[in-house]
Amino acid sequence: MSPLRPSSGLALQSLRLRLNGRVLVSLDAQVAQGTVLTVMGMSGSGKSSLLAALAGFVAAPFQVEGRIILAGRDVTDQPPQLRRMGLMFQHSLLFPHLSVGENLLFALPPGGSRHDRRERITMALTEAGLDGFFTRHPQTLSGGQQSRVALIRVLLSAPQALLLDEPFSSLDASTRDTMRCLVFEAARTAGLPVVLVTHDPQDAAAAGGQIVSLDP
Amino acid sequence: MTPAALRPATLAIAVFLVGPVAAGLIGTALPALGYLPAAGAREMSLTPVSMLMETPGLSRSVLLSLGSGLAATALSLLLVFLLLAGWMNSPVFRVLRRLLAPLLSVPHAAAALGLALVIAPSGLLVRLAAPFSPALDRPPDWLILQDPFALSLTLGLVIKEVPFLLLMALAALHQVDALPRVRLSESLGYGRIAAFTYAVAPQLYWQIRLPVLAVLAFSTSVVDMALILGPGLPATLSVRVAGWMGDPDLLIRMKGAAAALLQLGVSGFAVLVWIAGERLTSNLVRYMATGGCRLSSDRTVRALSLVWIYILVALAVASLSVLALWSVAGTWHYPDVLPRRWTVQSWLLAGSDLTRSVSTTLVLGLSVSLVAAVVVVAMLQEGVRARGQPVLRHGGAWMSALVFLPLLVPQVAFLFGLQVLFLQAGLDGSWWAVALSHLVFVLPYVILSLAGPWAALDPRYRLLALSLGASEAKVFWRIRLPLMLPALATAVALGLAVSVSQYLPTLLVGGGRVVTVTTEAVALASGGSRPLIAVHALAQIVLPFAGFAAAALLPRLLVPRLYSGTFS
Repeated sequence: MSPLRPSSGLALQSLRLRLNGRVLVSLDAQVAQGTVLTVMGMSGSGKSSLLAALAGFVAAPFQVEGRIILAGRDVTDQPPQLRRMGLMFQHSLLFPHLSVGENLLFALPPGGSRHDRRERITMALTEAGLDGFFTRHPQTLSGGQQSRVALIRVLLSAPQALLLDEPFSSLDASTRDTMRCLVFEAARTAGLPVVLVTHDPQDAAAAGGQIVSLDP
Repeated sequence: MTPAALRPATLAIAVFLVGPVAAGLIGTALPALGYLPAAGAREMSLTPVSMLMETPGLSRSVLLSLGSGLAATALSLLLVFLLLAGWMNSPVFRVLRRLLAPLLSVPHAAAALGLALVIAPSGLLVRLAAPFSPALDRPPDWLILQDPFALSLTLGLVIKEVPFLLLMALAALHQVDALPRVRLSESLGYGRIAAFTYAVAPQLYWQIRLPVLAVLAFSTSVVDMALILGPGLPATLSVRVAGWMGDPDLLIRMKGAAAALLQLGVSGFAVLVWIAGERLTSNLVRYMATGGCRLSSDRTVRALSLVWIYILVALAVASLSVLALWSVAGTWHYPDVLPRRWTVQSWLLAGSDLTRSVSTTLVLGLSVSLVAAVVVVAMLQEGVRARGQPVLRHGGAWMSALVFLPLLVPQVAFLFGLQVLFLQAGLDGSWWAVALSHLVFVLPYVILSLAGPWAALDPRYRLLALSLGASEAKVFWRIRLPLMLPALATAVALGLAVSVSQYLPTLLVGGGRVVTVTTEAVALASGGSRPLIAVHALAQIVLPFAGFAAAALLPRLLVPRLYSGTFS
C-alpha cells in the first residue's frame, strides 16, 4: 500500500458545513497517515453530514466551504467516485444479492484477468482468517464476520483515507473490541488517515488520536 | 397457527380474486373446444380452433402483440431505472415525483386519445412544424398513428407504464437501503448509473417483479389503447379477440374464445421470454460488477435518460392540453395551432348522454371501491386480531401472487368466460355483473394501497388500548379507523380510478347496456368528431382526479387533528 509521503494525509482547511446558511460544523484539522481524528457528537449534531461532505455526497440545502486535501490532491470539488475515500457504516452493507467473494470483487479496482482477481480475493480472505468464505452468502455470516468482510472490502478498494460512521455501534461488546483493534491496526499498516464519527467515548479512547466535539 | 384460508375475509378475497379468473378461464376454454350450449353446440370439437388457424394475418397479430408488449415493458423499466440511477436524489427528481399522481390517474383510453390528437398527421406536432415546411401545408399521409409496427401503441404504453413502475419502485426503494448502497459504491469509484445498477437494481427489481409482470401481461393484451393507437390491418391479437367476442354470430364468438386462449398463450410466452431476459441481464450485471467495470463518467447517459423522461412528460402534458382545447374548439382547421373559434357547443351537445354516462360511471366506481375497501379492511383486521398484525404484508410472495392474479392473466382470456357464465345465470348485461367484474380488478389495487399503512401502524397502540379496557371493536372504530382514514380515502379514490378506466369488462360483461364514459369515449374514437371525443376523454380524466382531490380533502375535514400537528 501507499508509503508515507510528506504531502500525504488528510487536511481539512477551514472546513465549514452549512445547512440553509447556518453553520453546522466548523473544522480545521490535519490527519496524518495512520492516525485517527475522532469527531464526537450527539445525534443531530451534524457528524454524519460531515462524513457525507468529506465523501462528496453533500447536496442542497447543505453547502461546503473550505478545502479538503487528500494525499496532496484538492478533492473538494471532485465527485465521490474520484475521491478515494473509503466508507464504513454502522451496518456492514454487504450486498445481499452477491456472495462474500463477489462483494469483494466489486470493490477491487478494475484491471487484471478474472482469474487473478479471484486469486487476490481468496488470498485476502485467507489472510483475514475467513478461508473458504468466497461463495458464502453475506446473511449466513455472524455480525463480526460481516464487519470483517466489510473492512476487507473497503481496504481492497485501495482508498487513501477511511471514513468511519459509528462502525462499531451495532456490534456486541466482545466483537466490538476486536473490530476496533482490526480497523485501527489496518489503517496504521496501510498508512491511511482516518476520520471516525461516534458518540461512544470508548471508540475515541481506542482510536487514541485527536478528538473534536461537535456538541455545544 | 390458524389456517389462513379458513378465515372468512381471506376466503372472500380468494373467492373474489381467484374465483372469477378460474371460472372465466374455464368458461373461455369450453367454447374454444366447441362446447357452447347457448349456441346449441354440445359436443367437443376443434372447429373453433381450426377456424382460428385459417384466419388471415393471425401470426402477424400475434407478433404485434408480443413485440409491442415486450418493447413497452422493457423500455418503461429501463427508463425508470435510469431515472432512479441518475437522478434519485436531485431536485429535478422531486419535481418529477409531484407529476406522478396526476399522470397515474389518467385512464389509459384518455391518454391514448390525447396522444392520438398530438401525433396524428393532422395533430399538434405536425401543426407546430407546418410553418417551417411548405410540404406540410396539408396533413401529410404518413402512417404515424396506427402505424403497421405498433410503434405509436408502444409509445402510448410507455407513457402510461413509466409512472406506474416508478411509483412501485419508489415504494420499494426504502426496503433495499438504496441511498447508502449507492454512496458506498460511488466511494469505491463507480459511476452513478453503475453504482445503482450493480448495488441496488438487482434487489429492487425483485421487489417490483410482480408489478412488472403485470405490466407485461397488460401490454401484450391491451384492448382500448390498441384500438386507438395500434395498427388496423391486421390489428393486435387482443383487439381482434375482443371484436370476435362481441360478434352476433355465435360461431365467431367460439372462434373468439379459441383466440382468447391463444392470447393467454401469447402473454404466457412473453413472460417466458421476459424470464430468459431476466437471467441474461442478471448474469451480465454480475459479470460486470465482479469485473470491476467502473463506468465512472456517465454524464451523457444520465443526461439522455432525463431527456427521454422530459419527452414523455411533454407528450403527456401536450395530450391533456390538446384534449382540453379540442373540447372547446369551434373551428380548428389544419394547420392552425390553436382553435380559431371557441365554443361550449360540444359540451352542450354531449349534455344529457354525458350526464347519464358520468353518473353511471361514478355510481359504479364508488360502489365497487367502497365494497372493496370494506372487504379488504375486514381481511386485514382478521390478521390484526389473530396476530396483532395484518395478514397481508409486502413480501409475502404467495399471497402477493394471488392478489396480482387478475392483473397477471390477460383480461380478454377470462372475461369472455365470465360473460358466458353471466349469460347462463341470466345476469348478462346487468349492472351487478359489470360491478362484479370491476371488483376483480379494483380489489388488488385496494389491497396493495391499504396493506402498507395497515402494517405501519404501531401494534402497541392496540395493545395499550386493550389493556385500558377497550374492546376490539372500540379499538377499531376509535383508534385504527381515524388513523387510517387518509389511507382509506386514497384507496377508495384509487379504486374509483381503476373502475373508471375499465373498458373491456364493461363492454363484454355489460353487453353494451352499461355505458360508462370510457366505453363511450373509445366507441367515439373511430369516426366520432374530435370535439366530442375530447369531451368524453376529459370527463374520463376528471372523475379520478376529483376522486383523489376529495380523498386528500375529506380526512382533513373529518379528523382535523391528524393534520394540525398538535394533539391538544
